[in-house]
Amino acid sequence: MSADPATAALRAPVDISQDSRVARAPTPPSEHRAAARWQDWLFENLTRFFALLVLALLLGILAALGYAAIPAIDKFGFGFFATNVWNPVTSQFGALAPIYGTLVTSAIALAIGVPVSFGIAIFLTEMCPAVLKRPLGTAVELLAAIPSIIYGMWGLFVFAPIFGDYIQPLLSKTLGNVWIIAPLFKGAPNGIGMLSAGIILAVMVIPFISSVMRDVFEIVPPVLKESAYGIGCTTWEVVWNVVLPYTKVGVIGGIMLGLGRALGETMAVTFVIGNAYRISASLFEPGNSIASALANEFNEASDPVHRASLIALGLVLFVLTTIVLALSRLLIAQLAKGEGKKT
Amino acid sequence: MIDLYTRRVAVNRFNLVMSLATMGFGMFFLLWILGVLFYQGFTALSPSLFTQMTPPPGSAGGLANAIVGSVLIVVVATFISTPIGILAGIYLAEYGKSGTIAKSTRFINDILLSAPSIVIGLFVYTIYVAEVNHFSGWAGSVALGLIAVPVVVRTTENMLLLVPNSLREAAVALGAPMWKVILMVTLKAVRGGVITGILLAVARMSGETAPLLFTALNNQFFSLNMNAPMANLPVVIFQFALSPYDDWRVLAWAGALLITLTVLVINILARSVFRQSAVR
Repeated sequence: MSADPATAALRAPVDISQDSRVARAPTPPSEHRAAARWQDWLFENLTRFFALLVLALLLGILAALGYAAIPAIDKFGFGFFATNVWNPVTSQFGALAPIYGTLVTSAIALAIGVPVSFGIAIFLTEMCPAVLKRPLGTAVELLAAIPSIIYGMWGLFVFAPIFGDYIQPLLSKTLGNVWIIAPLFKGAPNGIGMLSAGIILAVMVIPFISSVMRDVFEIVPPVLKESAYGIGCTTWEVVWNVVLPYTKVGVIGGIMLGLGRALGETMAVTFVIGNAYRISASLFEPGNSIASALANEFNEASDPVHRASLIALGLVLFVLTTIVLALSRLLIAQLAKGEGKKT
Repeated sequence: MIDLYTRRVAVNRFNLVMSLATMGFGMFFLLWILGVLFYQGFTALSPSLFTQMTPPPGSAGGLANAIVGSVLIVVVATFISTPIGILAGIYLAEYGKSGTIAKSTRFINDILLSAPSIVIGLFVYTIYVAEVNHFSGWAGSVALGLIAVPVVVRTTENMLLLVPNSLREAAVALGAPMWKVILMVTLKAVRGGVITGILLAVARMSGETAPLLFTALNNQFFSLNMNAPMANLPVVIFQFALSPYDDWRVLAWAGALLITLTVLVINILARSVFRQSAVR
C-alpha cells in the first residue's frame, strides 16, 4: 500500500449531491402538480359535457317535437295517424296520406336501389381493375355529394318530362297488363308522382348502400374466397355462396341505412312528388311524403293546429328514421364484432 | 339439356355483365345530372350574378345577397359545430373509449349522422324561432351546425384512434398533463384528418336546403344582420326553381351550379389534399 497523496484524494468520499454535473430528479413545486391535475379534470369534464350534449340532442329533438305536437294529438288523438283528411280550411288533419307516400316512395327506392347497389359493390370488389377502383368508387360517392335540391331541379325539369313522355307509356303498356300489379301502372303519364319520386330516391340512396356493401365485402377473409375459387367456383358462385352469406348482416345494415336516408329525403321528393294528399293505387298519381308536406306547407301554416299537425308529422318521421337507422347500426356493428373474433 | 358446366359459366357471365350494367347505371345518372347542371348553369352564369340582388318576379338580377348570406350562415355554423364536434370526438377517443357514455354517444351520433335534415330544421324552429318569434340567420346557423356536429365527431374520433399509443406514452413520460398531450400531441398529429372532417361538414352544410326553410327563411334584400331573416342560396334556388318566371329559373340554375361546384370542390380537396397528411 503506497501512501500516494493523489490516490488518497481520489479514494476520499465525495459528496456528489453538491456536484453541479450530476443530474438530479427535479422536484416539481406541488402547486404545479395540483394545477395540472385540476386542468386535466376540467378538460376531461369539458369533453364529456360535449359528448353528453350530442347524446342529449336526440332526446331533445324527441322532447321538443313531442311537446310542440301536443295540440294536434289533443285534438285528433291517435286517429291522427289513421285518417286520410288534410283540410286547413276546416282544420281537420290526418297523417295517413303522407305516411303512405313516405313508405311507398322509400319502398320503390329500395326495390331499385338495392339490386343496383349490390351490382356496383360486386363490380368494385370483384371485377374492377385495381387502377379504376379508386376513381370509380369516388365517382359513385360523388352521387351522394350532389346537394339534394339539384336532384329536385333535375328531376322536375329534365327527368320528369322524359319519364312521362317515354317511360310511363311503356310501363303501362307492359307492366300495366300484368295481373296483380296492373293497377300500379295505370293513370295519366305526366311524369310527376310517386314513381318518379321513388326512382330519384333510388339514385340518391345508391351511393350509401353500395359503399356499405363494398366495405363489408372487403372484410371477407381472402382465404375463404380463395378456397372457393380453388374448388372451381365461378366468380358469381363465390359472391353468392361465400361473400354474401358471410356479410349478410352488414348488407342488411347497409340497406337499412339507405332506407333511413330515403325516408327523410326532402328536397328531391318535394320537387317531383306532386304534393297531393291522396292515397291512390296507381304509382303514376301525385302523392305526398312527410318531408315534402313539411317543406311545402310549414311556413304558410298560420293556424296553430295546422302547425302542430305538421310538427307531429315531423315527429313520426324522426321516430321512424331513428328506429331504422338504429337497426342499421346494430346490424353493421354485429358484423364488425364477428370479424374481430374470426381473425 | 344444357350441361351443368355450360350453365354455370352462362350464369356467371350474365351476372357479371349485369353487375357491369349497374355500374353503368350509376355513372349514367351521375353524368346526366352533372351534364344538365353544367349546361344550364354555365349558360346562366354572368358577372351580374355576383353584383346584383335577387330580383322581384319577372325581372333580371343576381344572387349577391344570397351568396353573402349563405357564406355567413355556413361560416357561423362551422364555428359553432367545430369546437363541439372536436371536443366530443376527443372524449370518445381519449377518455370514454368503451364506457357506457361513450358507447351510447357513438351510437346516437351515428343515428344523427343520417337523421333527416328537415327534422333538425323543425327542431330549431320549435326551440328557437317559435320562442323569439322571428326567423333569423342565427337560427339557420344553429340548424346547420347541428347537422355538422355528428360529421366532425365521427371523423375526429376515427382520426384520433389512428394515433399510435407510443406517441401518447412518450408525451406522458415527459411529464405533460393529459390535456396538453391530447391538444398538442395527438390532435396535432392528425390535424389533416380533422380538417378533412370539418371540410366534409362544410360541404354537407353548403348544400342543405331543408333545415334553412324554417330557420333563416329568405330575404329579398342585402342584409348582414344575423338576427333577421337572411337570404341564402339553397332557399332562393328552391323558391326560384318552383316559380313560373323564366328569369327566376335561370337564376336558380346558376345558383345550383354555384353550390354544386362549391360542394364538389370541397369534397375533392378534402379527399385528395388532406387525406395524405392524415396518414402520416
